[in-house]
Amino acid sequence: MTTGTELPPPNLPGGVGQLPEVHLDPQMLRQLAEAQVNVELDTGDMILNLGPQHPATHGTLRLVVRLDGERVIAADPVIGYMHRGYEKLTEYRTYPQITTLINRIDWLSSFANEVPFIAGAEMLMGIEAPPRAQYIRTILTELSRIATFLLFLGEMGLQVGAITPAFYGFRDREYVLNLIEAVTGGRFHPNFNRIGGLKDDLPWGWNSDTRTTMRKVLESCDEFENLVVGNPIFEQRTRSIGIIPADLGAAYGVSGSNIRASGVDWDLRRDGNPHLPYNEIEWKVWTHPDGDSFARYWVRLQETRESARMVLQLIDQMPSGPIMSKVPRIIKVPEGEVWVNTENPLGEMGYYIVSKGATGPFRVKIRSASFSNVSILPWMLRGVYVPDIITILASLYFILGDIDR
Amino acid sequence: MPGAEVEATESSVAEATASTIVESGALDDAATQMLARLEAELGDAIVEHGATYGDVVVRVRPDAWRRTATFCKEELGCDYLSFVSAIDWMPTPAIVDEGSGDTSTPAQPKETTYGVAGSGGRFQVFAIVASTRGAHQRVVLKTDLDDAQPHIESWVPVYPGADWHERETWEMFGIVFDGHPALRHLYLPFEFEGHPLRKDYPLLAREVKPWPGLVDVEPMPGEDSDDTDAAAVEAS
Amino acid sequence: MIGLQIGWGTTLAIKTLIVLGFVPLSALILGYTFLLKMMSHMQSRLGPMDPGGFHGWYQLIGDGLKFMQKEDIMPAEADRRVFALAPAVVVLSTFLVFVVIPAGPRLVVEPLDVGVFYALAVSSLSVIGVLMAGWASSNKFALMGALRAAAQLIAYELPLVLAVVGVVMQAGTMSLQGIVFHQQSGSLFGWSGIGQPFILTQFVGFALFMVAAQAELTQPPFDMPVAESELVAGYMVEYTGFRFLFFFIGEFGTAFAFSALAATLFLGGWSVPWVHGVAADWLGPLVLFAKVMFVAFLMFWARFTYPRLREDQLQALAWKWLIPIALVNILATGVLKVAFR
Repeated sequence: MTTGTELPPPNLPGGVGQLPEVHLDPQMLRQLAEAQVNVELDTGDMILNLGPQHPATHGTLRLVVRLDGERVIAADPVIGYMHRGYEKLTEYRTYPQITTLINRIDWLSSFANEVPFIAGAEMLMGIEAPPRAQYIRTILTELSRIATFLLFLGEMGLQVGAITPAFYGFRDREYVLNLIEAVTGGRFHPNFNRIGGLKDDLPWGWNSDTRTTMRKVLESCDEFENLVVGNPIFEQRTRSIGIIPADLGAAYGVSGSNIRASGVDWDLRRDGNPHLPYNEIEWKVWTHPDGDSFARYWVRLQETRESARMVLQLIDQMPSGPIMSKVPRIIKVPEGEVWVNTENPLGEMGYYIVSKGATGPFRVKIRSASFSNVSILPWMLRGVYVPDIITILASLYFILGDIDR
Repeated sequence: MPGAEVEATESSVAEATASTIVESGALDDAATQMLARLEAELGDAIVEHGATYGDVVVRVRPDAWRRTATFCKEELGCDYLSFVSAIDWMPTPAIVDEGSGDTSTPAQPKETTYGVAGSGGRFQVFAIVASTRGAHQRVVLKTDLDDAQPHIESWVPVYPGADWHERETWEMFGIVFDGHPALRHLYLPFEFEGHPLRKDYPLLAREVKPWPGLVDVEPMPGEDSDDTDAAAVEAS
Repeated sequence: MIGLQIGWGTTLAIKTLIVLGFVPLSALILGYTFLLKMMSHMQSRLGPMDPGGFHGWYQLIGDGLKFMQKEDIMPAEADRRVFALAPAVVVLSTFLVFVVIPAGPRLVVEPLDVGVFYALAVSSLSVIGVLMAGWASSNKFALMGALRAAAQLIAYELPLVLAVVGVVMQAGTMSLQGIVFHQQSGSLFGWSGIGQPFILTQFVGFALFMVAAQAELTQPPFDMPVAESELVAGYMVEYTGFRFLFFFIGEFGTAFAFSALAATLFLGGWSVPWVHGVAADWLGPLVLFAKVMFVAFLMFWARFTYPRLREDQLQALAWKWLIPIALVNILATGVLKVAFR
């Protein structure tokens, strides 16, 4: 089935030596840093294939880079090794079945993936979850955020070369995963949201366990600050590496901590549609003006601390009551369209649900954060060294399931 | 217009949280203002507009697609591109028989209906842009395409991030974006034939084998097979 | 050597066997203590506990046996002879360094008068082996690792040598035994209680030597050639089984050798000031072993803590910082030696 248009041959179109140039308007061009490549010796270029199996690419991302010695001339990410066809699947599944599927988009913070979808279905039905369910949803979302970020804080050190922080990150993450498991029964894929509320209430004694764990999280954030952020070699490796200018990042769709590290004060928990009670607690949005890899690490460190503090407040303020609204047994969502987006740990995640009144949606467009975050790589990797590629990949923090859906 | 009127159960404590129920057609001040500015600039390029749960939905003519993007970026301050994708309005073909009791796949209506702000045909490209500053408003933009040879202007000169979104939309729907630097496969292997997200492209897994939860359920030891009906209803 | 009448051939055979036997043993001890146990405890885990019953002491021996019985895989495009020879060259330089390290007043395989010069010269043979490995693997990642290694190892030879020059100037001899005797019989401001370990006066040299040795061993923070998260074992990536075992022995054996050199040059080697003669022959190895463990502890501690420097930052550190500091150190040593004759 052809489209009738002449397209360049795929996967390095034009053969070796020509990568597509993005034609940007002059206003964009003046913001681009030109890659300076020293050509003293007339050496040939080398094409290097990072991945799909590579310790630095967080899964099956493949980066085809053209190198001149150790400098990158051009880079082309090849994705889709993990494409599972979610958007096609959603056309043939009911809402509870889709909830199970979308757990697996960003598998490190699975609970946070379910929330916007369920919120969208609830908006279409015109019901809302009871206050207690909303509080528990918020707490579990923030716990997912802490779990993801602890992993990030550890593994970015690993990508830069320090082996030890990765173990501390995994160890501290276990405490949070134990909490999530105590409530939902699953460490990684809770599948806990239901249209109208949640599946179960909190177990006995969970509040005090969470308070203890949040204090541990705050302590381990201090440990990471001493061990990693305070390390002069880490600073040398990450300062001024991979700078994303704020307006260019926004035009590419970079969201979440990545764009906040470029100084943009935008957080969907505060600025988006209020599905969850974020405006009832005191918290702060962290930004950093630099926009380099160090800034991205620093912003996520502060956000981990902030999330721990938020969870402590939420536990104190949690109302009592039911956790599930009255919904019919077989849920038919009425006709309509809705766009719901939330601040996932990786960035802005959203679902555009088109419903025609059946038990399942007609079309769901899943907007995942890492897809847009990674799309800026061809622009960002020009002129950097090979070790810097690794640093940049680590600092952008994508998950393959999120890119490939 | 939400159909099923269901109320939340009585809670024993006073409402601690503000209600998150949003009227489907309501627009707040910032959104209304934005709609007014769009109408002022684009005039008759806007075919129809609507609202969905607080978001402005504007359907423009295909020849004004890039002009709309430029206006949103420069004048309305919508510097952030959320996504560009497409909808195929052809009804979803049924892959299970109606009365078989197989509730694993929802039965979608057979008539073609269009969503908020309507549609001019089978294919529709839609995008969401938002602003990272100020009132953080966002707008849903839609445009109709030719059914036989769907093509539309590319947004890449305006929003460079549209590069990957348009590549994905092309490979999934077959919509050609004029002016895109290199329209090639993103997710699928380069020899892939067909456009999977079109409604006439079958979901092969369920055609080859029916839903195993219905057919392969064995009775628990001690039960007889009468209970498989309960298992089928449990699927929903 | 020990008072028996042994022929020249037998002596050579015994010496060869001692070196051949001791190098893997040293790699084993260092690998187990620091790589398996110290790293694990630093990362709040236990490390191997089962093999051998007591804290898994048998683990590396088991690993060695496992490597020896693995299939010999060579890439189809590899240069066969060079590929096979590269690990041997790397390990050869390790063996050769052990020849001059003294473990007692009479316990040294070959007491050379130019011991220091010989040791440093021979330890840089491994660069050739690394380049051979990277090129013969016909793998772009291996090639990148080998080129990085070549640049790095050559750059850090200079601080290594210059750091030792201060010690040589102070001792007045290049013989390792002579340096040890000088430290043993020296005195600090008239008090000869602990001799005169050169670490006290040559502390700058010691620091430089440790940093340069870390770089020579391609250990973090200088492990760009073997960057695990980028090049996945760099120049060693195509090596499996027995050949990889050679690289492993080379790496940890050289770590032992450099630690022993540092202990000998700066900490007094096998000597404690109040033990002489035959008793020193028995006590010397133990003392040397203790000092080597201490120096190795410092090296591995830095290895497991720091991230890695990028290649250009690494080169800048060597050429712009370490070499000038080493030159200043030599200048100061010379001036002070003449002043305090």
